Amino acid sequence: MLAFLLRRLLAFLATLVAASLVVFVVLEVLPGDPAQVMLGIDAEPETLEALRKQLGLDRSAPERYFAWVGGLVRGDLGVSYTYSVPVAELVGERLVVTVPLALLAMALTSAMALALGVYAASRHGRPGDWGVMLFGQIGIAVPNFWFAILLILLFAVRLGWFQAGGFPGWSAGVGPAFKALLLPAISLSVVQAAILARVTRSSVLEVMREDFVRTARAKGNSRRRTLWRHVVRNALIPVVTIMGLQFSSLLAGTIIIENVFYLPGLGRLVFQAITQRDLVVVKDVVVLLAALVVTINFIVDLLYLAIDPRLRRAA
Amino acid sequence: MKALRHGSFVIGAALTALLVATALVSLVWTPWSPTAIDVMQKLKPPSAQHWFGTDHFGRDVFSMIMVGARNSIVVGVVAVAIGCLSGVALGLLAAARGGWLEEAVMRFSDFTFAFPAVLSAILITALLGPGAVNSIIAIGIFNVPVFARLARGAAKSVWTRDFILAARAAGKGDLAITVEHVLPNVLSIIIVQATIQFALAILAEAGLSYLGLGTQPPYPSWGRMLNEAQTFLYLAPTLAIFPGIAIALSVLGLNLLGDGLRDLADPRLARRR
Repeated sequence: MLAFLLRRLLAFLATLVAASLVVFVVLEVLPGDPAQVMLGIDAEPETLEALRKQLGLDRSAPERYFAWVGGLVRGDLGVSYTYSVPVAELVGERLVVTVPLALLAMALTSAMALALGVYAASRHGRPGDWGVMLFGQIGIAVPNFWFAILLILLFAVRLGWFQAGGFPGWSAGVGPAFKALLLPAISLSVVQAAILARVTRSSVLEVMREDFVRTARAKGNSRRRTLWRHVVRNALIPVVTIMGLQFSSLLAGTIIIENVFYLPGLGRLVFQAITQRDLVVVKDVVVLLAALVVTINFIVDLLYLAIDPRLRRAA
Repeated sequence: MKALRHGSFVIGAALTALLVATALVSLVWTPWSPTAIDVMQKLKPPSAQHWFGTDHFGRDVFSMIMVGARNSIVVGVVAVAIGCLSGVALGLLAAARGGWLEEAVMRFSDFTFAFPAVLSAILITALLGPGAVNSIIAIGIFNVPVFARLARGAAKSVWTRDFILAARAAGKGDLAITVEHVLPNVLSIIIVQATIQFALAILAEAGLSYLGLGTQPPYPSWGRMLNEAQTFLYLAPTLAIFPGIAIALSVLGLNLLGDGLRDLADPRLARRR
């Protein structure tokens, strides 16, 4: 058990290091001269020289890598070139939008998917099941940003219940801020819920065929009690795996969805940084997003142990 | 024919055929030129002349969607081909050789999986600049680990079979066995996966073009049409409808086709579902 945890922890740290190396090599080494990339080909030589100095390009690549990673660990992310403020400050402001958005979307996803998936499995082969499967197929085929535009079209343009985009900030009160995140969260979650509902359904169906389920029924448990106490709990392992993977696609999805709704989150920050060629911000935010994803996958691994005692013994 | 009675296969094949046919027809004929600007006709609703209406430059939306189909297919096919060829090669190699090589391939795919596709696409466009070719590379790279894992898993189970032992006894080497015996046995599930990855590639390309990182103007792409439509939601809401339907139907068609092919290739799976 302890050995397993240590192995997982090592793999987790190794992935973090690998991610930071890839980002560093792609953005700092491959372009040759990052300062040139940031300023464009017709930059003044003096400006180029000043930026090279500011970025510390006179030092060797390994030196710069360790200085950067050391800064990341201390929470010093450098200074944004276009905004001229510390990147840590920028990221802090943006996290309070992206994290609540992703959490809200994940909560909506899980609620919808578990309800639909278990419902479909308990109605296996009947119209209710087909309905959920149809929703699943359509949900997977619809791009989340198009769904977001359709939601804006209906709820903002036609009905006027919501703003078409923007974020009032948490200082405007929890209610308005939450309202601004609701449509984005729904557009992120419907697609993910469609996938997760299918996984839940097939996992529940799989477990329903197990012998212990028949035993539970034979002992006089009601259908409902067997389903929720015995089947769903055992069916959760693959569901949690997919949920972990989905959290990463949710985070990635925020890059597009925040742009659809003009939300000042991390996704919009990284996108703006790319169009402004602010490599300092791109590097930091991409590593941060990758670290979030890797951390979530690590937590998912630990969650298995909490859900399934058999794995604890095997580990 | 068994295939003709399989619901999702028939619907999927029909939708996919529609997508391919649209792209092919657009090579020789579109109702209007997809790039012809006619400001007098801008933001018109659907009519007999312009079946899906016109955009803010007065371009014919139906023609743009037809040409957009071509764009989606090209990006999808090339990206999946990149991912499939290198991924399958890596996977087969890992299964044949085992040891540290297999470990390295698997760790590499784990790592690429941990990195969301949109992020790596954004990294690549940040490095190389936006454009159709760069988005193809980005989507292709994301496809490599998918095929590597799949091919390795399937190939490993083939390697334990008796006929492999027989081939070995006949004096064949790893390469010959892989090409002559392993590959044909894993090909069907790779084709199924390729169909599904094709659908995902269309979605990814649409997302990147929506962000302005994919196909560049004036070449029509479904994702960018949706981006432009968003500016005119109050004036011309139908602009935001048709490109989305085109994407959704293409993806739905390919997914259903993939599901159908999987069931037909392995009837046991179909019965269990």
